[in-house]
Amino acid sequence: MIEGIIIGLKTALSFQNILMVMIGCFFGTIIGMLPGLGPMTAIALMIPITYGFDPATGLILMAGVYYGAVFGGSTSSILLNAPGIPGTVATAFDGYPMAQQGKAGKALAIAAWSSFAGGTLSAIYLLFLAPSLSKVSLSFRSPDYFALMILGLTAIAAFSSKGQFLKAMMMVVLGLMLASVGQDSLSDITRFTFNNMNLTDGISFVLIVMSTFAMSEALTIILKKKDPTSAAKQVSLTKLGSIKINKEERRKMYRTIPRSSIMGFLIGVLPGAGATIASFLAYGMERNLVKDEEKEKFGKGSVNGLSAPETANNAACSGSFVPMLTLGIPGSGTTAVMLGALLGFGIQPGPRLYMTNPEIFWSVIISMYFGMVILLILNLPLIPYIARILAVPKNYLIPLILFFSMTGIYVMSFNNFDIYLMIGIAVIATFLRLYDFPMPPLILAFILGGLMEENLRRSLLLSNGSWEFLWDRTLTICILGTTILIVLWHIYKTLIKNKS
Amino acid sequence: MNINTTKIISLLFFIFSAFYLYTAFQIQVFAFDENAPFNARTFPIYLGYAGLFFSGLKLILPDPGTIWVDYKNLQYKKTLLLIIVSIIYGATILKFGYFLTTSLFLFTSYYFLGERRWTLMFFLSFPFVAVFMYFIHGVLEIYLRDPFLQAIGVMG
Repeated sequence: MIEGIIIGLKTALSFQNILMVMIGCFFGTIIGMLPGLGPMTAIALMIPITYGFDPATGLILMAGVYYGAVFGGSTSSILLNAPGIPGTVATAFDGYPMAQQGKAGKALAIAAWSSFAGGTLSAIYLLFLAPSLSKVSLSFRSPDYFALMILGLTAIAAFSSKGQFLKAMMMVVLGLMLASVGQDSLSDITRFTFNNMNLTDGISFVLIVMSTFAMSEALTIILKKKDPTSAAKQVSLTKLGSIKINKEERRKMYRTIPRSSIMGFLIGVLPGAGATIASFLAYGMERNLVKDEEKEKFGKGSVNGLSAPETANNAACSGSFVPMLTLGIPGSGTTAVMLGALLGFGIQPGPRLYMTNPEIFWSVIISMYFGMVILLILNLPLIPYIARILAVPKNYLIPLILFFSMTGIYVMSFNNFDIYLMIGIAVIATFLRLYDFPMPPLILAFILGGLMEENLRRSLLLSNGSWEFLWDRTLTICILGTTILIVLWHIYKTLIKNKS
Repeated sequence: MNINTTKIISLLFFIFSAFYLYTAFQIQVFAFDENAPFNARTFPIYLGYAGLFFSGLKLILPDPGTIWVDYKNLQYKKTLLLIIVSIIYGATILKFGYFLTTSLFLFTSYYFLGERRWTLMFFLSFPFVAVFMYFIHGVLEIYLRDPFLQAIGVMG
C-alpha cells in the first residue's frame, strides 16, 4: 500500500497533473456556477480531450471538474438563491439569508472553508477505506455483482426521480436497451443493428453522454428561453463584504464539520445517493443536534446551517468514488460518466485496480487534496473575477456547447452517422426532459448494461439456468433485500405524498 | 380534452418495448446455443419484458404529479434552426472538412441565436476553430482529415 501511495504521489505531483487539477477545478467552478449546467455536462465535454492524455491524468482532470462544480455551485446559491447544481440547494437555506444581511463574503468564506474541510476529510476517509473495501469486494462473485448492479440502478432511479420512480425505471430500461445494441460480447452475434454497419460496435458511451447531457441541455436552454449566464452577471456586481470568520463562528464550524463530513461521505458511498441527499440529510441532522437558540437561527443565516450542507456535499463527492474505484460500479451519474471514460481507456475499475494500476488509484485520491487547496484559493478571493468571465452571452455559450459536443463525437469516430445519431438522441432526450424523465439513470444503465449481462450470463450458466443464484449466498440476499427496502420505502413515500 | 403527455410517452415506450421484444426474439443464435441457459437473446428478452412492465404500470396507475408544459412559451423556431444547422453540419463535414464546416456552423448558430456583432462572431468562429484544431491536431495528435485545408495547401 505504501509503495502504491508513493507512486500515486509522484504521479499526482507531476507538473502536468497539477496543471490538470487546476484546469479541472477552474472549469468545474465556472460550470457549477451556471444554473442548469451540471458537472455531468462539464465532464462529458471533457471526455474527448482526456483521450489525448494517459488515464491517470484524464481521471484527475475529470475529478477536478466534478468537485470544482460542487464547490462553484454554492456561490450562486449563496449570492442569488439560484443553486448551480442540485447538491447546493440546501446551501441556499442559510447562505442566501446571510448574503441578504450584507454578509455575502462571510457566507462564501464559511462555504469555502467547509467545502475544503469536507473534501479533505473525506479524501482521508477514502484513503483508508478504499483499500479495505477493495479487499472485501474481492470476495464478490457474479451473483453479488449482478445484485449490486440491480441495487445501484434501483437506488439511482429512486433518488434522482423527484418522486417519479416509474419514469426513472423506464429510463433505466431504455439505457440497458441502448447498451444491448451491437455485437454480443461472447458470441459476436449482432443485435438490433438492422444491418447498419455503423452500429456493429454498439453505440458509443461518449455519444450517449454528449447527446443526453451536453447537447440536450443546450437545446433545453434555447427551448425554454433560459439564460444560465444571468446569475453570473449578477454575481460579479454583488458587494461581498468582509470574508473574515470570527472565533465564535469558527467554534461552531469545528463541531459541524467532522459529523457532516462523515454523514456526507457515507451517503456518497451508497449507490445512487449523492451530494444532494447528503447535503439535505446533513442540514437536517445539524438542526437536530444544535442547541435550541441556534435552532431558531436555521433558515435565517445560521453558520451551522450553512456549514453542514457544504461540508456534506463535498464529502459525498469523494465518497461516490469508493464504489467506482473498488467495485467498478459507479455510485452516481457523474462517476458513471467517469467509469465510462476509464473503460474507454481500456481500464476496468474494480477491486484489483489499486494493485494493477496504483498510479491511477492513488493519484486520483491524492490529487483531491491539491484540488481542495486550489478550490479554496479560487473561491475566496477570485469569485467576483471568475463570475465576470462567466458573463458570456447565451448566444455564444450554446453554440460552443454544441460545438464541443459534436467535435467530441467527430474526433472519436470520423463519420457523420454518429453526428446524426447524436442529434436524434438529443432531440428525444430534450423532449423527455420537458416531462421530467431523469437522464442519470439512463447513463448509469447504459454503462452497466454490458457488465450486468456478463454477470447474469455467468450466474445463470453456473446455476444451470436456474434463478436460485439470487438466494444462494447471504451477500446476494442482503444486497437484494436492500433493493427491495428502497422500492418499498419509495412506494410508502409516494402513498404518503398522494394522501396529503 | 387535455391529453396527459406523460401517458402518451409511456404508451410510445410500451410500443417501443414490444417492438424491441419482438426483435429480441428474432436474434439469430448458433444452433448449439439455442437451448443454452443463456444466449445472445436472453438478456434483451428480459429487457423487453421489463420495458413492457414499467411502461404498462405508468400507463395504468394514476398520475397525480402530472406535468403540464406550457407549449406557448417554448422557443421552437430557434431550437429547430439549431437542429437543422447541426444536421447540415453532419452532412457536410466529411466533404468540406472540419475547419470550414465547424467555423460556418458556429457563425450561423451565433447568427440564428440573435447575435449581430460581426467581428466577435468572426473571431469566435474561424480563428477559434483554427486554434482548437491546432490543439487537437498538433498538440493531442488526433488526426483530422480536412479536404478544404488540403486543397488550399494549408494541410499536407
